[in-house]
Amino acid sequence: MWSWVAHRITGVLVFFFLFAHVLDTALVRVSPSSYNEVIEVYKSPIVNLLEVGLVAAVLFHALNGIRIILIDFWESGPKYQKQMLYIELVLFVVLLVPAAYRMLLHTAETLFGSAT
Amino acid sequence: MTTAAAPADRGAPELVAPRSPRQRTKPGAAKARSNFELYAWVFMRISGLLLFFLVLGHLFIMNILDGGVQRVNFGFVAGRWASPFWRTWDLVMLLLAELHGTNGLRTVINDYAERAQTRFWLKMLLYTSAFLVVTLGTLVIFTFDPDL
Ligand code: HEM
Repeated sequence: MWSWVAHRITGVLVFFFLFAHVLDTALVRVSPSSYNEVIEVYKSPIVNLLEVGLVAAVLFHALNGIRIILIDFWESGPKYQKQMLYIELVLFVVLLVPAAYRMLLHTAETLFGSAT
Repeated sequence: MTTAAAPADRGAPELVAPRSPRQRTKPGAAKARSNFELYAWVFMRISGLLLFFLVLGHLFIMNILDGGVQRVNFGFVAGRWASPFWRTWDLVMLLLAELHGTNGLRTVINDYAERAQTRFWLKMLLYTSAFLVVTLGTLVIFTFDPDL
């Protein structure tokens, strides 16, 4: 039940982001400087943190979507839906932690310079 | 379990398979039935499977690989879109994500908006925005000019 709610919330969230993202990318058709200016926003630490949230939302929705597809089309899918949810949650954490680390590291290095 | 169980200890009622075969209406019937919802259901699953690779790949390349977003700028986009492979990737991803998301939101509106008028206008707003996003995005990918 809660995974269904989370699937719906993340789906709607990502849809709204897609709207904004197509508009900001469309600036490549206006001028290089206006595109670069808006992309600078994505590089700021706060927005970068929000991007980590976006990646988390997409990752959850994507993994849960695959689970839904397996429940619908794999003959043993309904029987193993609970186990698949646990696998999904493990994958979510295992993939999100290094992804978030890398994303925040890039931003920290730009802010403070590389440690090495 | 016997089939003739008393009502009290019977389990859940037998469920009819979802999306059971189309029931054809008689030739003279007022309104022909349509299979739209079935196709929409199948589309959500096929597009979802493709988006899994397209979207997660996109996020990985743009945010994690090399310098992540910190290296993205006009020149980076020009370099990527010099290749038909990445332009095709982005176009397919744009179309599938927008249609998948629009159909998903249509379901959400149908679930929560109860007044017929509200449903109608919310969906008009949704379809207008989808048309805008698809048109603008496609135009940008096809007419991109690296020497701008
Ligand atoms: C990354 C891979 C993705 C997968 C595997 C996936 C899979 C799915 C599946 C299987 C459904 C369920 C449809 C149903 O219950 O009939 C769904 C619903 C939905 N998806 Fe996705 N999707 C993905 C990406 C996206 C993206 C990029 C967006 C936004 C643009 C999105 C927005 C939605 C919405 C709004 C719903 C409706 C939620 C609901 O009815 O509760 N999805 N997705």
